[in-house]
Amino acid sequence: MPKVRVATTSLAGCFGCHMSFLDMDERIVGLLEHVEFSRSPINDIKHCEPCDIGLIEGALCNADNVHVLKEFRENCKILIAVGACAINGGVPAMRNNFTLAECLEEAFLDEIGVDNPQIPNDVEIPLLLSKVHPIHEVVKVDYYLPGCPPPADAFVKILTDLLEGKEPSLPKDMLHYD
Amino acid sequence: MITIDGTEVPFEAGQTIMDAALAADIYIPHLCHKPGLSPHGSCKLCTVDVDGRAVSACTLPAAEGQKIENNTPALNEVRKTITQMLFVEGNHLCPSCEKSGDCTLQAVGYHLGMLDGHFPQFYPRRAVDASHPTLMLDRDRCIMCELCVRASREIDGKDVFAISGRGTGRQLIVNSATGKLADSDIETDDLAAHICPVGAILIKDHGYEVPIGRRTFDLHSVAETDLEEIILKKTVHHDQDDESVEKEGGMYSA
Repeated sequence: MPKVRVATTSLAGCFGCHMSFLDMDERIVGLLEHVEFSRSPINDIKHCEPCDIGLIEGALCNADNVHVLKEFRENCKILIAVGACAINGGVPAMRNNFTLAECLEEAFLDEIGVDNPQIPNDVEIPLLLSKVHPIHEVVKVDYYLPGCPPPADAFVKILTDLLEGKEPSLPKDMLHYD
Repeated sequence: MITIDGTEVPFEAGQTIMDAALAADIYIPHLCHKPGLSPHGSCKLCTVDVDGRAVSACTLPAAEGQKIENNTPALNEVRKTITQMLFVEGNHLCPSCEKSGDCTLQAVGYHLGMLDGHFPQFYPRRAVDASHPTLMLDRDRCIMCELCVRASREIDGKDVFAISGRGTGRQLIVNSATGKLADSDIETDDLAAHICPVGAILIKDHGYEVPIGRRTFDLHSVAETDLEEIILKKTVHHDQDDESVEKEGGMYSA
């Protein structure tokens, strides 16, 4: 039986969800008997091939985030929003209380200790969105895994349910928004 | 007698369905209701089915023979949708909120198994008031339940808060010449300062005394704490003459 292909990425996130995923420790060995990874920071593959499951950490804060998210949606049969940022914008969305200009001026011009103040405008840098958005506002999301980060047990649970062909369900003690 | 989900529940004249349910240790999800304060009927989480009609349990008087459905999958699904709307209408970003774990809105989300906000985020930008030395007001988290409005008027004997405006312009306002909390009559010991079910009214300098993961709703479900609160209330002395509540009684642990 071919292995189930899983891809993962972090958009506007802190990689904390990926760290929590790796907190499943030795259970990843058992998981790898049934699963192989496509694009993921774990193996550094840069592009998503057709996959069964895509795990998305992080919100959408720039044009590249949107591009990567759409690539995942096109290639993944099942897309899972992982963590607070992917689900409601999370901590990155705190910048929505300010205009983008205010954020850039604070970070690159006015902040104490800034040397040679200028707002970066290299063409290689992805353009920032005027507001941070959760991913379900741009693509269809199949399942949600809340938490900041979701506990390792929750990753094991949702992947095990899917591998067994069951509808994923999260026990109450694994449901947290913080 | 009324019947809630097939269980016969006694009631006294003047009690609402919510009063009768709480007295019988039956949890009906709610956010804007608190025993001891006049009912408000605004959050609609306590929507129950009474003889085929959807009504708010906190405002409808109990009446002989009512057949009430409360804990049904259909009603809980509607309540979850209401909770999702409350979440997306404010900036309820739990990881950055110091009320996380002690927030009743969050706990209701857990109780109803809410996994996402479903609707597009509104991301409101309302004024923060940090003028008061010991309290602060973050209006982006206010759910307009008016618990603080009622607590201030009915228990504290003051008139510190009100809701002003309509639609998306609605927000909590403060009764003082400047509109700032610092110039109002509110004091740290007032019930109005502690009753907020979300992270809109916060006590400064105490936000992280209990670590995340060890807080009320990290350890207990909202149904458990809600019914416990009622038991505590029964032991609290309530003086009808001056309408004051003994604050040591632990009536409002929030």
